Amino acid sequence: MTNEQMTPSETEPTDDQTTPTPGTDGLADTADSGWETTTDRTLLEARDLSVYYGEEQALSDVDIEIPEKQVTAVIGPSGCGKSTFLRCINRMNDLVDSARVEGELRFDGKNVYDDDVDPVALRRKIGMVFQSPNPFPKSIRDNVAYGLKVQGKKDNVDEKVHTALERAALLDEVEDQLDSSGLDLSGGQQQRLCIARAIAPDPDVILMDEPASALDPIATSKIEDLIEDLAEEYTVVIVTHNMQQAARISDKTAVFLTGGELVEFDDTDKIFENPEHDRVEDYITGKFG
Amino acid sequence: MSQPDFSHDGIRTARGTAFRYLFMLCALLSILTTVAIILTLLLDAVDFFAQVSLVDFLTGTRWSPTNEPIAFGVLPLISGTLVITIGSAMVALPIGLLTAIYLSEYASDRQRAYLKPALEVLAGVPTVVYGYFALVYVTPAIDAILPVDLSTFNALSASIMVGIMIIPMVSSISEDAMSAVPDSLRQASYGLGATKFTVSTSVVVPAALSGIFSSFILALSRAIGETMIVAIAAGQTPRMIDLTDPAGMFLDSIQPMTSAMVQIGTGDIVGQGPAYKSLFAVGLTLFVITFVMNLISELVASRYREVYR
Repeated sequence: MTNEQMTPSETEPTDDQTTPTPGTDGLADTADSGWETTTDRTLLEARDLSVYYGEEQALSDVDIEIPEKQVTAVIGPSGCGKSTFLRCINRMNDLVDSARVEGELRFDGKNVYDDDVDPVALRRKIGMVFQSPNPFPKSIRDNVAYGLKVQGKKDNVDEKVHTALERAALLDEVEDQLDSSGLDLSGGQQQRLCIARAIAPDPDVILMDEPASALDPIATSKIEDLIEDLAEEYTVVIVTHNMQQAARISDKTAVFLTGGELVEFDDTDKIFENPEHDRVEDYITGKFG
Repeated sequence: MSQPDFSHDGIRTARGTAFRYLFMLCALLSILTTVAIILTLLLDAVDFFAQVSLVDFLTGTRWSPTNEPIAFGVLPLISGTLVITIGSAMVALPIGLLTAIYLSEYASDRQRAYLKPALEVLAGVPTVVYGYFALVYVTPAIDAILPVDLSTFNALSASIMVGIMIIPMVSSISEDAMSAVPDSLRQASYGLGATKFTVSTSVVVPAALSGIFSSFILALSRAIGETMIVAIAAGQTPRMIDLTDPAGMFLDSIQPMTSAMVQIGTGDIVGQGPAYKSLFAVGLTLFVITFVMNLISELVASRYREVYR
């Protein structure tokens, strides 16, 4: 299957439950049926995806279909390849010299590892939030506006900065100090600033790599609330080592176990209540990992 | 039951004390030398200023220590130093900075492993070699290529060579500063769809600015103090900067402070007269200038380090 362009209209929905009508955007769709209902259209799809770092295999023949505008959690023990998988989606693994990717990862049907794909263009559709907050040593405003500037979206920058900060539940706390340094904020605020920075250019997908692991419980719960809200507009894929967190916030859960193998992928409730595989049950209940 | 013996061991204690003082002596030695040099400079300079007024020295526009009419205006020498510094900065700062960006952001580990040592070889070339290179090759080459009237001894080829000499200082210190920028910032920028060029210019360079600035200042101090290249290739004509023809300064022979000192020190000036003592006055001026520059570099580095890390 080859799709020359990454446009939704050319995409063949791989899930046959809901097909979005051409011409209506997702926002109108969900507004009609209330926020709770989500479409099950597949946005991201991996086929036989393997990653090697030098000789070492970090991801092994992963097949997965990640639905649009839902929260998909990726859990598993350390070194299971969950972060590697996340970094395949926006080709951040390209920055690692020794990394080699095999198989396909389709974004809206288009394989992002095709020769004609520019990772820079791909990453503009995908925001990323990292393990520790990493704001730029710039003002709060410039941090949020950075992606807009980089991507040449120079209209209504102030307005977009405000909207992004509001969506990231940070605006009330920083509205009077937009020109002070992003580094002056607390850790939790910095991470919400990074989320605002990621959503300001309005991507389709937000990838989060253990976004709360460096934060205290209160800051963590704020981030968790925020993630659930974000799924109303964005497809969220979140890597976490915290199983309670995955259970609380995600719609779907993917369990990776050692060797970079995706063992089970299903509705979060199913994974936590009645997993198919004994190994997954062992991991969930703490007997392994 | 007898208690364990924790008492002092006389030999061990004595040895510890001896080493402590040996190390301290070595540390003091270099400080003492520096103090002695500054003191000598000061004392001889005071001698000089007893014979020539400080105001005449600092504001005079003619330097002629041996030929009548005698004049000790340091401004032409400062002009010469300024010309060399500006010229070498125009060569070294852009090339050094771009080299640092290449080494830190674009080069693979393999390339870096070859390029960095190769660049540092530049810093190891004896400056006398640079000097003759400027005189014997660079000046004739410029004369052949550019339609300008170039003197045999000129500021242009000397400042180009000084610039080449200080490139490794700029690139090496700047590269260290850029490599120290946390990778998480680069990742954040790439993740937002930035190109390598944007990551380099909008994240890495601003975050490394204090180190880059320090490298500039240190390299310029080195250019100001550079002696051999200018003594060989720049000539011995003290000359004021002509503001109506600043470019003309580069084409003719000039004389910076350092080569004026060489001329006094190696010439056949006899006795302890003002001509000889002027050596120390010029030396002191040079010292004050480079000292202030290093001070600025330290200040900038310590002031902006916290902001950007």
